[in-house]
Amino acid sequence: MPVLEGKELRIVGFLCNWCSYGGADSAGVARAAQPTDLRIIRVPCSGRVDPLFIVKALLNGADGVLVSGCHPRDCHYSAGNYYARRRLEVLKQFLPVLGIDDRRFEYTWVSASEAQRWQHVITTFTGRVHALGPAPRFGDSRPLLKVADMALSALRPLGTGKAAALDELKKAIKARLPELECVIGWQQGYDGAHTVPLFAKTPEDVDKLVWGPFNVNNPAVYLPSFKGKKVGIMVKGCDGRSVVEQLQENLINREDVVIFAMPCEGTLDMARVSEKLGRYTSIDAVSCDEAAVTVTADGKEHRFCMADFAQGKCYGCTAPLAATADASVGGPVSVNPGPYTPPELALLDSLSLPERMQFWSGQMERCLRCYACRNACPMCVCRDFCVSDSRDPHWMNQKDDEREKLFFQTIHALHLAGRCTGCGECQRACPVGIPILALRQQISRAVGQLFDGYKAGFDPAATPPLLTYAPEEKNIHERDWK
Amino acid sequence: MSTTRFVASDGLPAFLSFLVKTGRRVLAPAEKPAVKSSVVFEPWSEGKAFTLQKATVPAKEAVLPQCETLLTYKKTREGDSVSLTLDDTPEAQPTAVFGCRPCDARGYAVLDRPYLRGPFVDPYYKARRENLVVFTVTCSSGCNTCFCHWLGGGPSSPEGSDVLLTEIEGGYVLQSVTDKGAEVLGTSSLADGADKFPLVEAARKAAWASLVPAPDIKGAQTALSALFSDLDFWQAQTDRCLSCGACTYFCPTCYCFNITDEGESFDEQGGRRLRSWDNCMSSLFTREASGHNPRMLKAQRMRNRVSHKYSFYPENWGAYSCSGCGRCVSNCPVCLDIRAIVLAAIARTADK
Ligand code: SF4
Ligand code: SF4
Ligand code: SF4
Repeated sequence: MPVLEGKELRIVGFLCNWCSYGGADSAGVARAAQPTDLRIIRVPCSGRVDPLFIVKALLNGADGVLVSGCHPRDCHYSAGNYYARRRLEVLKQFLPVLGIDDRRFEYTWVSASEAQRWQHVITTFTGRVHALGPAPRFGDSRPLLKVADMALSALRPLGTGKAAALDELKKAIKARLPELECVIGWQQGYDGAHTVPLFAKTPEDVDKLVWGPFNVNNPAVYLPSFKGKKVGIMVKGCDGRSVVEQLQENLINREDVVIFAMPCEGTLDMARVSEKLGRYTSIDAVSCDEAAVTVTADGKEHRFCMADFAQGKCYGCTAPLAATADASVGGPVSVNPGPYTPPELALLDSLSLPERMQFWSGQMERCLRCYACRNACPMCVCRDFCVSDSRDPHWMNQKDDEREKLFFQTIHALHLAGRCTGCGECQRACPVGIPILALRQQISRAVGQLFDGYKAGFDPAATPPLLTYAPEEKNIHERDWK
Repeated sequence: MSTTRFVASDGLPAFLSFLVKTGRRVLAPAEKPAVKSSVVFEPWSEGKAFTLQKATVPAKEAVLPQCETLLTYKKTREGDSVSLTLDDTPEAQPTAVFGCRPCDARGYAVLDRPYLRGPFVDPYYKARRENLVVFTVTCSSGCNTCFCHWLGGGPSSPEGSDVLLTEIEGGYVLQSVTDKGAEVLGTSSLADGADKFPLVEAARKAAWASLVPAPDIKGAQTALSALFSDLDFWQAQTDRCLSCGACTYFCPTCYCFNITDEGESFDEQGGRRLRSWDNCMSSLFTREASGHNPRMLKAQRMRNRVSHKYSFYPENWGAYSCSGCGRCVSNCPVCLDIRAIVLAAIARTADK
């Protein structure tokens, strides 16, 4: 249906079959005057509205999106709108990080008999969208390239973990090894400045395990693939949170994993390390003191002070020792819980909405859709059956434009809402350095603010907030918007 | 007879301008600032910054874009009759790749065989390849993940290039490798560089000297075909693989693709048929319509990737389909090392 040139905007409405669709119908029957910009899509329940419907509409040229369902407590399916309320509120707080004005999206409740209320809702929302004007198109904006500021201060002292009692941990691992399929940890990679995941099956393998600032990979990514078998895993604090989140979601069974933990003093940001090392043919030596790693490459010494070269997440880490563990070597670390904004997010916060859109188009341009980001994520559960590759449903097409690529990132980020532990593997895995972690961090921040400071991966017994609801939400004030 | 020219370092932009004036799209490496910065090939235009560092993403895009339109279709309705118009003209703007490395250029030679010399000639590839001129910068040193010299290449290997640039004090010596390269150099206004040739030789020698000596991998082809059904071997080699596609998408010699039809927006009755990169590390690559998947395990998929490069392709074409650029190693999130797999395969069969 062509939009009347200049007069109408494109507004998409997702209306629940049982209430709001009826409400709109009643308004029509009552001949209540209302704007004509809305294109209605009837859905069985507001709970059927995947937040991605909304993002897809907004990225593809909708000027506004409205979701309307039955009033809370009136859902035809009892609780569909309660779940919807949580998801849609998180979405609302997520949109600005993409550079989309959150006022272009609204959700509300209208019952089948509320013709007048419907008239009011649609008039108010259409008026609001008109005041905002036609939505800026993603992809029309000139790319803006900005780099996050990595001069950070950590919530606790960072170091090289030189004093960690690795031998003691190895002893504990060897003691449990006979009952385990393998123990996942780290060993040296193709040179002394890289480690890779190791699946230790024999005591000789256990001797190869290493601990320290090069242990960047998150071994938890492999755990769900061992479901049903008994395995051990060595964890840093952040890896331990991924394991806990997997437990929260029943992706693994507690009795099938044996967790070996040590306090982590931080890991290196290999991107910045490689940049400083430059092009080299071989590593001659790697040595550590308490505060720094010294790498000698092609006869040249480079010193990497942990306080300057750690991964972004390490500066804000509040739990360097996994709390859920079967064998722990080394005492708890005291952390100053002070405020901390991750560097990628701080960068996005400092930009205006149009600039954010420009930023993402500049970043996504170079994405090759290799999906290393997706596959490195320990919480990505669909594995070989990702919607990004599916033709039915056809969520994504194969065009290589920035919008399509950003849409994939949105899918990943929204599927991780309330589940992402901030391990940063998605961003670390990206070969072209796209700061995609910012999208996940924004959602985690919103989830924290809406659900009493909830953080994923801390409590094995907790239900992730988007998998449940409360009839009265303390921090969601969805009726206030008019 | 090769043509040799010299350009001072500050004369490079003027030379790129000259290439643009010959009606070509010039793809040159551009650095993308980020905490993890990367280098990608992008169309160059007057005033734009470029770099001659080795790119993160190879210049395969010039002949095999990440995504290209094979044809567009449009439906028009007049009264009761509906007609369909198709347009399948290959898009092939004359292009110069400027500043790729010998391993990238060798990728073109690898791609040429199946796309141009096999029973089917790919018209889209052909149109672009014929319109392409490749300016390659020879490497001044090896690096930790490169291994071109294991495979018969090297820091100044000319295969796939039209012109080789070698950095010497104060600038670059450009030496044509093909007639196409000679022609472009001949029409430029660059000064003759023949007298600088001894310096070029010295620079290339120094680059070779910086390489870590290569192991003997002559046995790779037979070893890999002997290990085809040794699933234990492949499982042990791939336990940490995440089955993403970084290794193939960043590879200058991987050439598999997928074809999909994508509709346009509602206003337009039509759409396009796209060809986009696909990769054998993804489970979907071989999943059949029935649901059966002959390469269900990542071990089987890795076997395909490595064997294709070191065994199947050599069997068909008499050359490796790996140029040793090392990008699959440096870009892999778990540092999976194809060199180690090849060596392990040779060692395993030698044991038996
Ligand atoms: S989305 Fe990224 S940061 Fe979050 S759990 Fe997955 S890999 Fe870790
Ligand atoms: S890892 Fe990076 S390049 Fe690959 S799909 Fe993800 S964002 Fe794109
Ligand atoms: S080898 Fe590395 S880059 Fe390739 S699919 Fe496996 S994890 Fe991804």
